[in-house]
Amino acid sequence: MTASDHAPFLELKAVTKQFGGLTAVDSIDLEVGEGEFFTIVGPSGSGKTTLLRMLAGMETPSSGDILLKGQRINDLPANQRPTCMVFQSLALFPHRTVGQNIEFSLKIRGVAPAERRVRALQLMRQLRLPEDYYGKSVTKCSGGERQRVALARALAYDPQILFFDEPLSAIDYKLRKTLEKELKDIHRETGKTFMYITHSLEEAMVMSDRIGVMRAGRLVQVGTPDQIYTTPKDKFVSEFMGEVNVIDVRLGTNGRVVSDMPGGSFAAPSLPAGFERGHLVIRPEFMRFLRRAEEAENSLVGRIYNEYALGSRIQYQVRVGTHVFVVERLRQQSFAGQLDAEVLIGWDARDSILVRD
Amino acid sequence: MAMAAERVGRSLAGWLWRPGQRHAIPILLLLLIGFAAPLLSILGFSFAPPRTFSLWQLPTLENYRTIVAETFYQSFLWSLGMAVVTVVILVLICYPVAYGLARTFGRWANLVTLLMVLPLFVSENVRLYGWVLFFIKGGVLLGSLKSLLGIDVESVLFTPGIIIFGMVYVYLPFMLFPMTLGVSMVPREVTEAASDLGASRLQVFREVELPLAMPGIVIGCLLTFVLAIGAIAEAKVLGGQTVIPVTHDIEIAFTYAQNWPLGAALAVLMTLLVGGLVLAVLRRFDLDRILGRR
Repeated sequence: MTASDHAPFLELKAVTKQFGGLTAVDSIDLEVGEGEFFTIVGPSGSGKTTLLRMLAGMETPSSGDILLKGQRINDLPANQRPTCMVFQSLALFPHRTVGQNIEFSLKIRGVAPAERRVRALQLMRQLRLPEDYYGKSVTKCSGGERQRVALARALAYDPQILFFDEPLSAIDYKLRKTLEKELKDIHRETGKTFMYITHSLEEAMVMSDRIGVMRAGRLVQVGTPDQIYTTPKDKFVSEFMGEVNVIDVRLGTNGRVVSDMPGGSFAAPSLPAGFERGHLVIRPEFMRFLRRAEEAENSLVGRIYNEYALGSRIQYQVRVGTHVFVVERLRQQSFAGQLDAEVLIGWDARDSILVRD
Repeated sequence: MAMAAERVGRSLAGWLWRPGQRHAIPILLLLLIGFAAPLLSILGFSFAPPRTFSLWQLPTLENYRTIVAETFYQSFLWSLGMAVVTVVILVLICYPVAYGLARTFGRWANLVTLLMVLPLFVSENVRLYGWVLFFIKGGVLLGSLKSLLGIDVESVLFTPGIIIFGMVYVYLPFMLFPMTLGVSMVPREVTEAASDLGASRLQVFREVELPLAMPGIVIGCLLTFVLAIGAIAEAKVLGGQTVIPVTHDIEIAFTYAQNWPLGAALAVLMTLLVGGLVLAVLRRFDLDRILGRR
């Protein structure tokens, strides 16, 4: 899916937020389509939470416009926006039961108790919460159950957009993986627009239709998970994807790029127009050990410094001069390399990415 | 039987000698001598014949009969009424200030806290006499009004209203600080979530802020209620003895009247009244939650 598949549902025009002299969110333009699962990824302090809080109505933009279905909603307070937020802390009402939490928005809207109960139980079924949890205190629920209560509470009054402020960050790895998939399933079932923020690109990849990478208040790159993974726009985005090998290079001759390291002239993928200097990015899984230099388009001689077992893969730290490379192989592939052994590593030009600063 | 008693005796001694209990013995003795013994002797005196000074006499209900027969109920009502009014006024005054201290004052919160605490360093009586000088006929307020504007107003001194003013003034910190703690215990995100789910400012207050701040509010109310019902200086100094609270009756009985048993009986009734009310409130609100244990 790409942006053009969707009508502009939520539109941001040069949205900016300043706190004192600090610009937390810097002129963001973005269109999110109806029913899309859009994730904003960025390190802490990149302004992603501030952006989400402006969209939810908990902060007012310093300048710029937020439009929902073409209507400017800048000054609409949170309680009048047809949007709902799932907080990082979940912010459940600790003095209330599971049922009362889920029904809160309906109670506020004056829905009759019997009707509220029907809706709450329907949501609990949908989110796989046992029916007898209806009268249970939320403080007695486990982490995963609380996630589901928070989501049910947000869905109860049928908001048009759901915002998620890293709700899974405090959950252990295994449960998080399950909940990520569940959330994507819920997104399919409800067909609602989800807007999610996280600092984990891995989490974003699993769930999102599109991802926006944020850095220092700006959107660096917006694209599908595939686009972000295969063609990161710059060094920051490529490094945010996880461990990568980055070589500082400048333009050489015959479509090659050169670096300062010994033997540092490399076959490069197609050069961006007007490329002068930048970085050559190679993912660890595309680096391989060679028997002969001719087996790959680019090769380097290095020394194995250490190895790390990552489950299905094994990762090696290979030192070439002062430069450190990360190379991975599948566990079932045979390899006889010892620590401190001299090895030949290499990659093909099509597996590398050339990015600017 | 003897053997069983012996075993119980030995196990009791053994139980007392376990490290936890052993180390609790000094504080236990202090509490027995300093807290339980005076209470018990007051209880004993309340059953002694009127105007006697010994505990070792045949118990009688004479003192309680006197209290019921005479007009002491008025003092009880004054004490109770003024304490309740004081607590209600304090809740209304302190909630906005507590909210400000916990949420909106920011760096000014410390200054406000300091201003609230500073008067505590001056003796209560001195502060009350200060107010007398302020309110008395020809004093700071009325004297200034008369000499500057030529207005002659009756002094509010020596009325129930000024007694309540004095109690509100003196007990304000005891309501404010537990309440501030209560309000600051309400997570900001929870109120934001309520608002995000459609609640108006008033609904957020009623559905979320108030119930979650309740432990602090209840503690503040209990503290100020117990202090206010035991108040005596306000009625004597600012009220000029126009109103006699129970505490004043007790003082009179023990001093001028030299009727310890009557004073003791009044004190016992007062303790029962306050204790009963406090226990009723605590039964209504979970003590564990109030102390943050759950």
